[in-house]
Amino acid sequence: MAGEGMKSALYRQSARRRGLAFAALLALAALPPLLQALGQDFYVSVAARMLIFALAATSLNFIVGFGGLVAFGHAAFFGAGAYAVAILAERGVTSAFVAWPAAAALAGGLALLIGAISLRTRGVYFIMITLAFAQMIYYLFISLKAWGGDDGLPLMARSTFGPFDLGNDATFYWVALACLAAALFLLDRIAHARFGRVLQGIRENESRMAALGYPVAAYQLACFVIGGTLAGLAGALIANHSLLASPNLLHWTQSGTLLVMVIVGGVGTLYGGFAGALTLLLLEELLTGVTVHWHAALGLLLLVVVFRAPRGVAAWLHGLFSRGGTK
Amino acid sequence: MNGEKSADLLEVAGVSRHFGGVHALSEVSLAVAEGEVHALIGPNGAGKTTLIHQLSGAQTPDAGTIRFAGEDVTRLPMHARVARGIARSWQVTNVFGRLTALDNVALAVQGRQRDWGGSFRFWAPVDKERAIVDEAAAWLAEVGLAGRESTVAGSLAHGEQRQLELALALATKPRLLLLDEPMAGMGPEESERVVELIEHLGRKVTLLLVEHDMDAVFRLADRISVLVGGRLICTDLPDAVRAHPEVRKAYLGDADA
Repeated sequence: MAGEGMKSALYRQSARRRGLAFAALLALAALPPLLQALGQDFYVSVAARMLIFALAATSLNFIVGFGGLVAFGHAAFFGAGAYAVAILAERGVTSAFVAWPAAAALAGGLALLIGAISLRTRGVYFIMITLAFAQMIYYLFISLKAWGGDDGLPLMARSTFGPFDLGNDATFYWVALACLAAALFLLDRIAHARFGRVLQGIRENESRMAALGYPVAAYQLACFVIGGTLAGLAGALIANHSLLASPNLLHWTQSGTLLVMVIVGGVGTLYGGFAGALTLLLLEELLTGVTVHWHAALGLLLLVVVFRAPRGVAAWLHGLFSRGGTK
Repeated sequence: MNGEKSADLLEVAGVSRHFGGVHALSEVSLAVAEGEVHALIGPNGAGKTTLIHQLSGAQTPDAGTIRFAGEDVTRLPMHARVARGIARSWQVTNVFGRLTALDNVALAVQGRQRDWGGSFRFWAPVDKERAIVDEAAAWLAEVGLAGRESTVAGSLAHGEQRQLELALALATKPRLLLLDEPMAGMGPEESERVVELIEHLGRKVTLLLVEHDMDAVFRLADRISVLVGGRLICTDLPDAVRAHPEVRKAYLGDADA
């Protein structure tokens, strides 16, 4: 049959890739005991933070890279998730099984509202209006003294998670890893399902999709909500990590950082957000010890990526691994 | 085919459209009968493509109404008109350049699925949906692209991309197909193949055809409408149109009249 073995160009799924992904997951899971054996316990927490940002960047990459919507207000969903957990904790709701889904749902609902309005515009206007909404939410939160204003809202302790103690850095790391892995698996399924095919078509040729009978905006809105929901989960994790829902999480520079992670990692590739977050945070970690001007190195890195690996670190690595390796 | 006997599938009444001070269409009224091949001709800039835009929903007219199968569709967005059975092709090839030919048509077939969730399905891999893949392959065969399934659309020859574009429109299973210069930019052999294809399609679906190739128009059309300067100057059988003095003057050139 003619269609046998045919795959979309992006998000290629193969047994070999699944094997690699599983090996990477095992290696990442082995990191905390390894670091502890080396006496570098502190870095378990650093690594957990990287995974959380990887989740946030992945969720943005789904909107930007797969949905084709350059959104500049992702901090709103990230921050909303963080505040949801902190506010619920303040009222005595400390279970992760309640607070985290609530955080994701709140961020998703927010994405539904912001998306429904913003998707009436395109291109630069879409960038500006998503930025404007995120900034409105930022100013709302710093003006609400009840929720900490400028100082943010602290958490007394990490969420409770059944019999597991998230106060243990290794346990928290594993939970963050599980969230990231689950999100990547989910997005990979979506990319290959009917919905993902539609998004791919919209990214390629929006007007043609309308002429095939697709209500384009409805699919873009759904994509925006999925991305926002996952960002809310990342926000719930980051609030737990730093024991604080900080207004900085809502600031536009946070949206910018996430966008840079996506661009460095690889727009529209499944692991782009992960690769970008890792690259940026590792760089920050390595260079802040050397110089306070580490952003200069970040600028250089961006230039290198744009000129030498325009499809991002993930695609570049994929190219290295698959050279001569795949059929 | 005899257009007079069947009901009108498409009724256009007093449609106007202007861009700034330019009147692209002035009170155009037109009826296309179910089952006919209706050609729309006129000099460059006459408003043919603008009329196709109003009918397909790419644009909305400033005045007038468009009725399709008895329903007023004047204000409906494009995707809603496609769902009711109006499909179109473009003057400039408009396909998904980076997807394979098969994936292109599979998208069109998938767009028609109204089973649970439609295209809001997030889990099952679409590549494994045999019904969609097989139907897409069948449409490719229908337009003469069998064997080209796995070729990326952007690297198909120009004529093949035009054929693919037809397959995309057909796979939405339209009752009315709006073809905007389907032979634009084609060599004589490719054109001949597309004319044969359109002849074949004309027996299955109602066609409104915009075309500059007069040989093709007179060979294919049951009736012809002539648009000049945004006004419809006549709708008639091909021989009558050929003899119409105003048409000769405005369009065919009256040097030999």
